[in-house]
Amino acid sequence: MSRLEVKKTYKLYINGAFPRSESGRIYEVSDAKGNFIANPALASRKDLRDAVVAARAAQPGWAKATAYNRGQILYRIAEMLEGRADQIANEISATSGVTPKKAHEQLTAAIDRWVWYAGWSDKLAAAFGSTNPVAGPYYNFTIPEPQGVIAVAPQDEFLSFIDAIAPVITSGNSVIALVPGASAVPAMTFAEVLATSDLPHGVINILTGSHDELAPWAASHMDIDGMDISGIDKKKRTALKEAGAENLKRIHHFDDAQTPNRIYAFMEAKTVWHPIGV
Amino acid sequence: MDFEYAPAPESRAIVSIKPKYGHFIDGKFVNGRNHFATINPATEEVLSQIALGNASDVDKAVIAAQKAYTKTWSKLSGKERGKYLYRIARILQERAREFAVLETLDNGKPIRETRDIDIPLVAAHFFYHAGWADKLDYAGMGKSPKPHGVAGQIIPWNFPLLMLAWKVAPALATGNTVVLKPAETTSLTALLFAEVCQQAELPDGVVNIVTGDGSTGSAIVNHSGIHKIAFTGSTEVGKKIARAIAGTNKKATLELGGKGANIVFDDAPIDETVEGIVNGIFFNQGHVCCAGSRLILQEGIADEITEKLKARMSKIRVGDPLDKNTDLGAINSREQLNKINELSAAGDAEGAERWSPTCNLSDKGYWFAPTIFTGVTQAHRIAREEIFGPVLSILTFRTPQEAIEKANNTPFGLSAGVWSEKGSRILWATQQLRAGVIWANTFNKFDPTSPFGGYKESGWGREGGKHGLASYLKEGK
Repeated sequence: MSRLEVKKTYKLYINGAFPRSESGRIYEVSDAKGNFIANPALASRKDLRDAVVAARAAQPGWAKATAYNRGQILYRIAEMLEGRADQIANEISATSGVTPKKAHEQLTAAIDRWVWYAGWSDKLAAAFGSTNPVAGPYYNFTIPEPQGVIAVAPQDEFLSFIDAIAPVITSGNSVIALVPGASAVPAMTFAEVLATSDLPHGVINILTGSHDELAPWAASHMDIDGMDISGIDKKKRTALKEAGAENLKRIHHFDDAQTPNRIYAFMEAKTVWHPIGV
Repeated sequence: MDFEYAPAPESRAIVSIKPKYGHFIDGKFVNGRNHFATINPATEEVLSQIALGNASDVDKAVIAAQKAYTKTWSKLSGKERGKYLYRIARILQERAREFAVLETLDNGKPIRETRDIDIPLVAAHFFYHAGWADKLDYAGMGKSPKPHGVAGQIIPWNFPLLMLAWKVAPALATGNTVVLKPAETTSLTALLFAEVCQQAELPDGVVNIVTGDGSTGSAIVNHSGIHKIAFTGSTEVGKKIARAIAGTNKKATLELGGKGANIVFDDAPIDETVEGIVNGIFFNQGHVCCAGSRLILQEGIADEITEKLKARMSKIRVGDPLDKNTDLGAINSREQLNKINELSAAGDAEGAERWSPTCNLSDKGYWFAPTIFTGVTQAHRIAREEIFGPVLSILTFRTPQEAIEKANNTPFGLSAGVWSEKGSRILWATQQLRAGVIWANTFNKFDPTSPFGGYKESGWGREGGKHGLASYLKEGK
């Protein structure tokens, strides 16, 4: 007698836990032939607000961790992802329709992204900071700091999702990922990677569902400091930027998949003066 | 024994103000259509008539800037651009006294500040950025970074020529051309700067100055020929600009409001701290976006600091801005004076206790005595809203953590101060504070090499230093 497979329930990832959407809603993801794959949670405005609370609470501790420590945790994510490579590659292939070979390439690229960003955490101050030779008896330096809570809206593709979240947390921000469409499936399996990577709860929160529904709420949320809208259709970006103006959110989109600008865009330069004297 | 100061007025003979000004477009002064008066806020004397720029004036200026960008400025080598900026810096130094007197007349700030701070910093900004013009490959923006094109720049009235320098110098050094609008009440030094551009033989159209009010600024922000906006002013207007450009490819730097916390720990050096508090809030009549307008005192020393602060405030000399002994000049406009009065009245009404030294304020002009409020809570309007005047709100704290929480409890994030003799405590506090510029055991210091700008609702981007260049450049490949 053949054994019946135990299938996974796809939920959200908020504050290190896997809750269902408070709304009770789901949406169906199928493969190219229309075969059912999963019912990811269709996240609501309330889920977003819960994620913001978790992200805000987690952020100071994450920023306070040493850059070395953050780098090691990012590297640990790469290690854990390597162990789940086949499972996630299969999900990428099944949900997006790309060949297994392409799916595997995407997955290995994602692993290498984490390694690349892991190495950035303790170089940001050197690359983006400065000591400033002011004309007076003062020691003056500028250091980059994380902005706080950042929402990202990647394209419906697993690698785009990684491209959006990895740089944002490298500097010490916390992130809320609004993952659209079928990429919810590999993204939520990736959440299991995060849960075993020593990443503090709440640093990465993943909401699956619809950009049209969630992105406007994120753009107008007064406790979100910045947004990466690379995965949002160009025509819809204006309204998000207008809404974000209410708290002068830093809203960016990027053409390059992998660049330190994706880190620095969500940092602020802080300049400190102190007199020199005996 | 009582020492009286004899009046020591700086002569205004060095400046000659025309009865009427137009705009400066394409290297020439052109007539405006409608005009409004600019006055000396210390006397209400009408100094001149300033042109009210409309959309058509802005359009002419943008066309001139575009033409200059494509025909001359973007074709010049960085080395040659830099040499123009060095020329400008040198002429500004030569004419420094003239600029200082004119700025004091039009703005109301003391000659001691325009002469020793504003104008020297203006020249320093041009000199600093001149050197960058041929070294942009080292600005951290990749190989051969490119300018945006035409920068639209809108500046405030609190440091008129200095804000012009903060905007124009980096824009020109990076190869952009400029359409600049000075503030409605303080256009004169910008118009004198246009003469400096002529003396420096800056190519026509590289710098264009259109005077006017908010409608003129709006025409600049919304002009399709502008590629980058640089604005210094209120958070309210900054948000409007952010909305206005949301659907465009325009880049923006915004330097907006603040409600700077000045934290004094109980091990601070008392006398230096009192001087620093005075400099933090009474410098430039408190018309400073980064002013230390919330004094947060550790309880054990709150009474002592407050008493010494009152004694020090009693020695502040309020009066003729042209007098070299004057510490506190005139409020820039009636409108601003009304706002300061309104918020101070809210302080009284909400139960804070007001104190000012006795001052003989002139009947003519706009004046406000240096003022402190004690017993201020975080809920009071005077602890939350930017007053932009010589008014200090005093709060207290017990634990360092409480000081940080109070300091950060604001949508603003421009500046903060920390006073303590303990190095590790200072570094801890500077790490915790969510602000772009933090002065430890000093306050209100500025330098062209030092990036300036805010967190949160205090703005986007930085001005000054390597960081300030980035906002005028597109990354090179």
